[in-house]
Amino acid sequence: MALHDKDRIFTNLYGYQPWNLPAAQARGDWDNTKALLERGQDAIIQEVKDSGLRGRGGAGFPTGMKWSFMPKESKDGRPSFLVINADESEPGSCKDREIIRHDPHKLLEGALVAGFAMRARAAYIYIRGEYIREAETLFAARDEAYAAGLLGKNACGSGYDFDVFVHRGAGAYICGEETAMIESLEGKKGQPRLKPPFPAGAGLYGCPTTVNNVESIAVAPTILRRGAAWFSSFGRENNKGTKLFQISGHVNRPCVVEEEMSIPFSELIEKHCGGIRGGRDNLLAVIPGGSSVPLVPAAEIWDAPMDFDGLKAVGSGLGTAAVIVMDKSTDIVRAISRLSYFYKHESCGQCTPCREGTGWMWRVMERLRTGDADVSEIDMLQQVTKQVEGHTICALGDAAAWPIQGLIRHFRPEIERRIATRAGDVREAAE
Amino acid sequence: MADRHPEPDSPELRARWGNFAWTPENAAKASDIIARYPEGRQRSAVMPLLDLAQRQVGAETQTQGWLPLPVMEFIAAQLSMPVIRVLEVATFYTMYNIAPVGRFHVQVCGTTPCMLRGSDEIMAACKAKGMKKGHTTADGLFTLTEVECMGNCASAPMVQINDDNYEDLTAERVTFVLDELAAGRRPKAGTQEPGRHTVEPVGVLTTLTAMVGENHDYRGEW
Amino acid sequence: MPKVKVDGVELEVPVGATVLQACELAGKEIPRFCYHERLSIAGNCRMCLVEVKPGPPKPQASCALPAAEGQEIRTDSEMVKKAREGVMEFLLINHPLDCPICDQGGECDLQDQSVAYGRGTSRFHEHKRAVTEKYMGPLIKTTMTRCIQCTRCVRFSEEVAGVDEIGALYRGENMQITTYLEKAATHELSANVIDLCPVGALTSGPYAFEARPWELKKTLAIDVSDAIGSNVRLDSRGREVLRILPRVNDDVNEEWLSDRGRFLVDGLTRRRLDKPWLRRDGKLVAASWAEAFDAVAKINPGSSVAVIAGDLVDCETMFAAKALAGALGSSLLEGRQTGLAYDCSNLAAVNFNSTLAGIEEADAVLIIGSMVRDEAPLLNTRLRKAVKKGAKVFIVGPHWDPTYPATFLGDDLAVLGDLPADVVAAFEGAAKPAVIVGGAGLAKGGREAALALSERFNIVREGWNGFNVVHMAASRMGGLMLGYAQKGGIADLIAAKPKMVISLGADEVDFTKFADSMIVHIGHHGDKAAHAADVILPAAAFSEKDGTYVNTEGRVQYGEKAVFAPGEAREDWTILRAMADALGVTVGFDSFEQLRAAMVAAVPALGTEGLADYGALPAAPAGVKPEGAIAGYPIKDRYLTNAIGRASPTLQRCSAELIHGEAQAEAAE
Repeated sequence: MALHDKDRIFTNLYGYQPWNLPAAQARGDWDNTKALLERGQDAIIQEVKDSGLRGRGGAGFPTGMKWSFMPKESKDGRPSFLVINADESEPGSCKDREIIRHDPHKLLEGALVAGFAMRARAAYIYIRGEYIREAETLFAARDEAYAAGLLGKNACGSGYDFDVFVHRGAGAYICGEETAMIESLEGKKGQPRLKPPFPAGAGLYGCPTTVNNVESIAVAPTILRRGAAWFSSFGRENNKGTKLFQISGHVNRPCVVEEEMSIPFSELIEKHCGGIRGGRDNLLAVIPGGSSVPLVPAAEIWDAPMDFDGLKAVGSGLGTAAVIVMDKSTDIVRAISRLSYFYKHESCGQCTPCREGTGWMWRVMERLRTGDADVSEIDMLQQVTKQVEGHTICALGDAAAWPIQGLIRHFRPEIERRIATRAGDVREAAE
Repeated sequence: MADRHPEPDSPELRARWGNFAWTPENAAKASDIIARYPEGRQRSAVMPLLDLAQRQVGAETQTQGWLPLPVMEFIAAQLSMPVIRVLEVATFYTMYNIAPVGRFHVQVCGTTPCMLRGSDEIMAACKAKGMKKGHTTADGLFTLTEVECMGNCASAPMVQINDDNYEDLTAERVTFVLDELAAGRRPKAGTQEPGRHTVEPVGVLTTLTAMVGENHDYRGEW
Repeated sequence: MPKVKVDGVELEVPVGATVLQACELAGKEIPRFCYHERLSIAGNCRMCLVEVKPGPPKPQASCALPAAEGQEIRTDSEMVKKAREGVMEFLLINHPLDCPICDQGGECDLQDQSVAYGRGTSRFHEHKRAVTEKYMGPLIKTTMTRCIQCTRCVRFSEEVAGVDEIGALYRGENMQITTYLEKAATHELSANVIDLCPVGALTSGPYAFEARPWELKKTLAIDVSDAIGSNVRLDSRGREVLRILPRVNDDVNEEWLSDRGRFLVDGLTRRRLDKPWLRRDGKLVAASWAEAFDAVAKINPGSSVAVIAGDLVDCETMFAAKALAGALGSSLLEGRQTGLAYDCSNLAAVNFNSTLAGIEEADAVLIIGSMVRDEAPLLNTRLRKAVKKGAKVFIVGPHWDPTYPATFLGDDLAVLGDLPADVVAAFEGAAKPAVIVGGAGLAKGGREAALALSERFNIVREGWNGFNVVHMAASRMGGLMLGYAQKGGIADLIAAKPKMVISLGADEVDFTKFADSMIVHIGHHGDKAAHAADVILPAAAFSEKDGTYVNTEGRVQYGEKAVFAPGEAREDWTILRAMADALGVTVGFDSFEQLRAAMVAAVPALGTEGLADYGALPAAPAGVKPEGAIAGYPIKDRYLTNAIGRASPTLQRCSAELIHGEAQAEAAE
């Protein structure tokens, strides 16, 4: 079973056609959105729940359920907010960029539908600062939607007032964490907040807030139009729908492609990417869900279904479905060490284990890369990752720990080999 | 980024930037930006205003722009927020240049997905043009920075130069881009791979083929 | 009240308590660095991790987690032990091993907790991070390599001080604490960050390398630098007090201390009057005690005596002087040195009745002529808290920066007779309205105007008395209780042309008005009064004698003697007792105990620690018509408000650098 083009949501994914409103409407966006809203908040949330849509930002929390946590009425006059996470910064992830620059109206329409469903007063789209041209497109698309009466007062003639604002980040991966994003939106450093309170209770400006990924929001209008049953006809149980996969690294044709959830890794690679560079036998390992998930060795990934459960079963995760492929030419220790540097660079510095641990882990990784270490330090590094994991305010600590744990789990002999080789070299040089 | 420091306060800095004020055009933009946030929440505008100010400084100095301390103080005053909080923000987010940069800020992505696709060669090509990480070339043309994942992984390796991305690079391609910029021309941004449009599988479109030639409406096939 | 189990022991905890507080109630020590009772919860150090069920299978930050019904909390499990060891290790890897040269040594949370919860060895073989020092002014010495980024100092400056002076720049392992452009911290409470800093990153500049904590004798005393009566601890070695630290007293100073109260300490050993002096031919010459008392005897004033109490003296000294004057036949006593003459017939009407802690509950506050930050810094922190809870504050007087939103109603007291509608609305709608009259207000009839407003807005009501006067002198309320107030103020003394004026450290008096009097100065510093004196009898500073003080809210407190007075100086009461002999009268006490007993017999309230009861407010005087502009506030230099402070090199430097902007660049060193 393969996904047909007619069942793809992001039909202008590659930007062959204009992103603008007339073109988007010709493709079916903003098509009687008023009717969607007229179904009512509860019906919309139920439809999304029934569709089985799970958050596309990495954690995979059921989207409909998340929306249902928002207050049905404001008891104290506080408004509610929708914050859309377009701070796509996870190494390997490059899907939201394509949505924003080629299909921005799907996102804007989704913002209205989702914001309406959760009774939000406005949506803030937090787009990473480095997406400069993408943000320009988004601002322009927003202005088009306002000019056409699709957003703002009496959006789409629904009688519902809903504003959408775009807020640009300025270079901080941590702002992809929902509470850090809220802090950043409030004009502060992007340092994650303690939870509880959760954003649904007290988020942006202390008001009830839901933070959703761009893709989660952008697929919502299509789900409503085509029905929960259509969306949930793709993918395995608990892993429903279609999904944007982003394949980078050592494949013949890296690309972003919308596919059915649960598509086997091999099929994804063979069908869309022209296979592994140098052939299947040349595959070393894959990081299947963006830098924050542990790598999976070639043998285990090949037949794995690309979904939440399938990748969990091989000790990793779907994350954002950012598939980083590494062939046998890869310096695997360096590849992971470079990720450790990334986390060190992006740690906000707020809490101790991450602030101190990410730097320590990276420095040890760099020595392991060259073999300038003692074998016992592999276990020590493993322990340090365990001291970081689960001890931090947000998940960045976990994300920094997991890639290293994956490396040690699967490539310990390689690390030991380097240590032994270097020790030998040093001995020789000494003689 | 361990060695990121604000350009030190000095009489020269004060003399040059102490009277910073928005251009009329940017003043209007600044009010628009502040209006995006609820009443009393104008502090939310600090990030976009810092960006706007950096761009204005860039326009005045013919560089990518940066944030002199008096400019940060100007923004703090406009938003009625303590200047230390503005400085916190400016030093936390890497896109704010807190010291002067060159005409073109060459930001080479070095994170793993780009590394796997050859970012070492891109970096080497930049260095071969006389650039040095964290420094501006003597002619003031290029500042070289290694940056973290820019979200262009399916068209890696890439560099971002000021507002534009150059993707699917090789050493030759990035050298060409840099030469064009140095010559005052504007090379085409985006992928540098011949025959590639954006992030589709190059050469063999596996999906959405109907979209290439026309704005296809799939609803008829639902 | 939720029931929780801590290490198997079930207990009830108050609603709103955190898991950390629940553990403490259960008698379990929870290590922490960032958490502080009086600051917002940051949850960043991760030292307080405990295991909580139900919850995710990982340790939770107990400081930030609300205690909830049915929780099972473990502080003694393997998971918790490992978590603490791990966090401790992370905190230490980049912390220098410079305890031997660190002033925090011996009272360092990091030291103590690493012994208790750390692993004991290091596995870190990389280079340690080094961070450059940051200049923070003359008071706070920084060694930022030692910083563990707990952000207590940042939160203090933002939340308690209200000035946003300190911030954390950069991010990740490069995060650094600094003031903007390394400017000096200028807030009047800035040095409290020294106490808050759990490590040796922020230490006391003036105290650097002076002593180790275990060498010091600790004495409980009362701060005399304002009328708040902050509870302090005097740390002394030998004959010298080396530092002053705040003690916790939630009713008074919480756990803060003003910078001037903390750093006047080095003034205690400078410019001291350590032997008697006599004026001969217009010049002061050193003398013996016998010569000094001879000189006093020669004045032979009869009953033509007046006593002026200075701002720093204790009640015992004032009582002894009163007894002496009484024995000589005089009751000319005054403490309001600068000429204030407000009506003191009812002490409730000159007292801070809402109490310092109580003012936090106020929801509408009218300040009449007080620059609170200079005059009573720790009252301003209370007002900040009230504002955070929603109080509206209005101020009559020249503008100053209160650090919280406040409406200035102009300089002219006439506004009190014609209050703007928003003030009236705020006061009419308030549950706990309050007025605060300061020194500049008292000078202009603000007290009477405030009494009238009290009646108009019913400011005294069931369970609440919002009528407040804030004084500036540590001796003021005690002095008023002891009768140191003439109807016409010090003018009455001037008019009486006394043959002898006894100055009890009265350094703020314009003695040119007493040109025909012989001035006997009993004081400890060679300050203004000493220059005017005919006889100088060297006495003890507050740190050198036991004494009773009454703060602006009428709170009776006792301070103890930490060290002996220098040289030939003696405790004040002994000098007064000896003067009685020299003048041939009896005062009725031969020991300090007898003196105190006599004082308590005369004024019983001074015998009990705690708030004195001054009874009900008087009726407002009829026909009060407030008017007149407040031109300025009495304190021109908040660091140099008294003789000890003026002798302190540290406070002189603060004055020069922070008030007068004289650059004293550290960089040159």
